[in-house]
Amino acid sequence: MNNNSLWSDAFYRLSRNRAAIFGGIILLMLIILAVLAPLIAPYSYSYQDLNLGASPPSAEHWLGTDILGRDLLSRILYGARISLLVGFVATGVALIIGVSWGIVAGYLGGRVDSIMMRIVDVLYGLPFIIFIILLMVIFGRNLWLLFGAIGAVEWLTMARIVRGQVIGLKNQEFVMAAKAMGVSNFSMFRRHLLPNILGPIAVYATLTIPQVMLLEGFLSFLGLGIQPPMSSWGTLIKDGVESMEEYSWLLVYPGITFTITLFALNFFGDGLRDALDPKTSDN
Amino acid sequence: MLAIFFKRILIAIPVLFAVASITFFLIKIAPGGPFDADRAVSPQVLKNLNEVYNLDASNWDQYVDYMSGVLTGDLGPSFRFPGRSVTEMIATGLPVTFELAFYAILIALLMGVFSGVLAALKRNTLLDFIPMAIAMIGICVPTFLMGPLLVLIFGINLEILPVSGWGQLPGDKILPSLTLGFAYAAYIARLSRGGMLEILNQDFIRTARAKGLTERMVVIKHAMQGGLIPVVSFLGPAIAGLLAGSFVVETIFQIPGLGRFYVEAAFNRDYTMILGTTIFFSAMIVFFNLLSDLAALWLNPRSRDSS
Repeated sequence: MNNNSLWSDAFYRLSRNRAAIFGGIILLMLIILAVLAPLIAPYSYSYQDLNLGASPPSAEHWLGTDILGRDLLSRILYGARISLLVGFVATGVALIIGVSWGIVAGYLGGRVDSIMMRIVDVLYGLPFIIFIILLMVIFGRNLWLLFGAIGAVEWLTMARIVRGQVIGLKNQEFVMAAKAMGVSNFSMFRRHLLPNILGPIAVYATLTIPQVMLLEGFLSFLGLGIQPPMSSWGTLIKDGVESMEEYSWLLVYPGITFTITLFALNFFGDGLRDALDPKTSDN
Repeated sequence: MLAIFFKRILIAIPVLFAVASITFFLIKIAPGGPFDADRAVSPQVLKNLNEVYNLDASNWDQYVDYMSGVLTGDLGPSFRFPGRSVTEMIATGLPVTFELAFYAILIALLMGVFSGVLAALKRNTLLDFIPMAIAMIGICVPTFLMGPLLVLIFGINLEILPVSGWGQLPGDKILPSLTLGFAYAAYIARLSRGGMLEILNQDFIRTARAKGLTERMVVIKHAMQGGLIPVVSFLGPAIAGLLAGSFVVETIFQIPGLGRFYVEAAFNRDYTMILGTTIFFSAMIVFFNLLSDLAALWLNPRSRDSS
């Protein structure tokens, strides 16, 4: 596994893709800013300067303040923590479910496979967005429930991709050799199959994060996601929309931040896909 | 073809049944009854209310009662709007949402297929790069941001289009339809470009050209039929996305459609309305998925001949 040529090749190809590198740098910066938000944010996210009210960008408040006199830059920085956290954690949930499901279905094959994949097919056809809303309404708008609910929706494609990969692998000599040596199913999944499908998993995970963030933004926009006083970019956009006629900066800056992040994630994900699997690349 | 159709229908029925049952019992375990919200109600009134809405029966009896109602198209009374049934509310909201979705799909198909096919034909020129860059924007700017931005630009700053409503002022349908359609135009443009690029390299296209057909005939008659299969397969799942989009667009533009009713029901904890619309949405989505799969099968000559 150490320093194998697939990964170094992929890294080389990735480093020559300018859009992907650019996306990666932006992402890295965002993550650092989000982690360091309590240290670098000029104000606390809940500090109100009621005398100020909503004021346009100025030297003290680079991106202006909202109606309650809270510094918009600080709120965007703190919002990044929630938005990125939802993106990564919910994608993690989706990864765990999807990868396990796909490996088991693909490796065991036969009836187990067809039943498991039929379940995926059926779930694909259901309006999951409605179920998330339903869960949020019934069980309260809880951050962990939100992670779980979004993750539980996004695993389907991952299961399909992993299953396809595993089916391709399972007739290769090293798998047969491992089987002949009496390796148990579990260590077959973990030690032999998983390391060989990390590439496609990494690619799809990167492309799932923006989907998840969109979903969180959508729910928060409707008021069914993150609840005050916490704020994500979705809730900032929602607040911005409510006062956009007079204070357009409250919509524009969170909107730009959100869009740039989605761009960066998509470019980086596309670049990663081209780097790890040159066959699927367009050019 | 017919065999596949019936097989899919046979799977769809138990699925919908399961969806309805799970939703029903989820709502039963939800904390808080429908009438203990804003003001205290006297025990006698509560008892009468429960009797009228059959809430004092056992869960199982309520379930059987509800499900037999669903089969005859009766989704029960709305808890928040006394005197109106859920079926009635769906019937008022549905035409509005359908009209909105129809315009959005129309915009998406016209813009998406045109620019995608053009981009594939003029590969690696400006006519390829510019539409694809715009498509990337369409994918990255979420509906809930695109809508308000369009309102800000065309409604508030330029003052050329109404900022909200549906069918009350001239032109008030333009912004909602554009908002909802734009993201799909972007996806469709990318899909049709990819599909066309794949088809244009195939032998039968070379044959068609060698026969001396005009380029236009080659593209329209031969390439587009196969090249657009990905778009057709995408339309089914897109309906589910359009639904979610309609929640946002109808909320932003204050359109009295099904999506806004659902969001309001979610806020008001109008459980019968939530239950009814969930069942209805699921049935609709299963149906449209079926339709788009069949259309894609029919368009693909290989699967058409073999079945």
